[in-house]
Amino acid sequence: MSILVNKNSKIIVQGFTGKEGSFHAEQCLEYGTNIVGGVTPKKGGTTHLAKPVFDSVSEAVIATGANVSLIFVPPAFAAEAIMEAADAGIEIIVCITEGIPVSDMVIAKRFVKDKGATLIGPNCPGIITAEETKIGIMPGYVFKKGNVGLISKSGTLTYEAANQIVQAGFGITTAVGIGGDPIIGASYIELLQLFEADNETEAIVLIGEIGGELEIKAAEFIKENISKPVVAFIAGQTAPKGKRMGHAGAIIAGSKGTAQEKIVALQNAGVTVSETPAQIGETVAKVLFKK
Amino acid sequence: MNIHEYQAKQIFADFGIPVQNGKIIENAENAISAAKEIGGKSWVVKAQIHAGGRGKGGGVKFAKDLEAVGKYAHEILGMNLVTHQTGPEGKLVQKVYIVEAVDIKEEYYLSILLDRATEMPVIIASAEGGMDIEKVAAEMPEKIVKIQINPLIGFRSFHGRMIAKTFGLNADLTKKVTNLVASLYQIYVQKDANMIEVNPLVLTDDDEFIALDAKVGFDDNAMFKHKEIAAMRDFDEEEPTELEADKYGLSYVKLDGNVGCVVNGAGLAMSTMDIVKHENGEPANFLDVGGKATAETVAKSFEIILKDPNVKAIFVNIFGGIVRCDRIANGILEATQKINVNVPLVIRLDGTNAKEASEILKKANIQNIITAESMSDGAKKVVAAARG
Repeated sequence: MSILVNKNSKIIVQGFTGKEGSFHAEQCLEYGTNIVGGVTPKKGGTTHLAKPVFDSVSEAVIATGANVSLIFVPPAFAAEAIMEAADAGIEIIVCITEGIPVSDMVIAKRFVKDKGATLIGPNCPGIITAEETKIGIMPGYVFKKGNVGLISKSGTLTYEAANQIVQAGFGITTAVGIGGDPIIGASYIELLQLFEADNETEAIVLIGEIGGELEIKAAEFIKENISKPVVAFIAGQTAPKGKRMGHAGAIIAGSKGTAQEKIVALQNAGVTVSETPAQIGETVAKVLFKK
Repeated sequence: MNIHEYQAKQIFADFGIPVQNGKIIENAENAISAAKEIGGKSWVVKAQIHAGGRGKGGGVKFAKDLEAVGKYAHEILGMNLVTHQTGPEGKLVQKVYIVEAVDIKEEYYLSILLDRATEMPVIIASAEGGMDIEKVAAEMPEKIVKIQINPLIGFRSFHGRMIAKTFGLNADLTKKVTNLVASLYQIYVQKDANMIEVNPLVLTDDDEFIALDAKVGFDDNAMFKHKEIAAMRDFDEEEPTELEADKYGLSYVKLDGNVGCVVNGAGLAMSTMDIVKHENGEPANFLDVGGKATAETVAKSFEIILKDPNVKAIFVNIFGGIVRCDRIANGILEATQKINVNVPLVIRLDGTNAKEASEILKKANIQNIITAESMSDGAKKVVAAARG
């Protein structure tokens, strides 16, 4: 078991023939991901990486039965690509693109929701179900199979956390990078729910950062609905106010969105918060041994 | 991206929102003739910097006559204006905006920004104009109304009536304020603003609304759509090293400490600052070299960090994924040949081929390179090295 995706997922890549799309699609194929084709407008009918290329997502869906899309389209066109995927009936849309205008995402997100699809990202490393399928840009080998579910706003910090969990003698069921933009698709709550229902997942690691209040909402949700142990880390305890820290969403607005308020909310919900980013693995070990 | 008040008011005027007559000057000698051209009997001289609290800091003055306009323009231009938003170092005033003074009957507060919780634009209105809105929110939350605008329908007249009620307006003024907020919302949507604040919006003695102040910020990611807005960027208002970093695709934020940080990925970069602090050090910066750490990006990062004379040691904390650590290690060595790194360099590489990377660094046998086994080991070593 795993969440969202597994070895039976049929994946298409939007922006398949571009530089980023090609590079990462090849890495995904090496990992064993079931990529059934790709979409690049005006290149329909050709093949790339030994897979068929289509002009549109709907053509790709009809021809291949794809249910997942991985998007590498440049920021100016990425929101459109997300909406095209949702319109074509894709169930899980993973958007890696960084730098999409907020106003575009406000509309795209509402449309995706209307269509009942699940959007992961944008500005995220994607999803990986350990040793089965990788739909994203993470280094696959770091994610050894195990029983810890991982949800994170970050890229390299997710790899760091997964590595620590593996070094501590555990492994990952599925890891999901939800992205660091102000407007993202699926958030902690939806994924916490999925991990709670997943038989293989025994503990959940939540990695957050400054900005917004998704972690606070997650804390409220965990308190009421999650029975599995949750370990968290919040990045940006030393970040100054009013400065964007790399991610477009990582900004303390006024006095809202600090790491401290998120840590307190999570602790009050019974979550074990790792004090430093270096202790995520050992904190997971402690929590699982206690169990 | 932020713009100046005078630029924001130009946009307001283009969208039919009433603003005072005004002129921007960079030389105090031109102040009196500018005021004469504007007309009127009294004026306000306003420092143009990208920070709030200008009035309290002495950057906004009421001039009762032309002589006073000249006097204040001389005082304010070239002053180092310190406000609660500039930090103690303040900001050099290079432009002043001279506007005609108006008779104020009432003051209100209006803003539009993204409500991240509902993922919709929200209009915030309050009859407590001229005050810090966070203070009003904390002390008198009942005086504030927040109206989420569903982007599918946009701003409607019923929203306008809700605002008018908060302001306590009659039917005639309700119509006027509705039109004004509709225009502000148009700016927000059409120009990809991420924040518009009018504080205060005033009602004059002859029952006209005027945006007495204007603060507008834009979504950096959308500036490719709006060349005319992008052209308003004032590079003098930005931290020069942050600007340079930006040119090379590095995300850099200067801080006050002495431990420089070079990290790949924003989340890990924030975490690195945190762990330095946890080991009782003070981070000198946030720096994300991006997903792929190469010799070029690392060299540029060293160059930028070393411009800060406070930096006593640098912590390179990189998790190598698809780009392998052995390559990154060679990149770092290449970078140290390009750039003279005259402070201790603590390097922690983890991930793909981390052991090989460690061998490469040890073999190179460079005096000021200290290798670290883990993130916390690295943090301890770099804090110790910064202490000397």
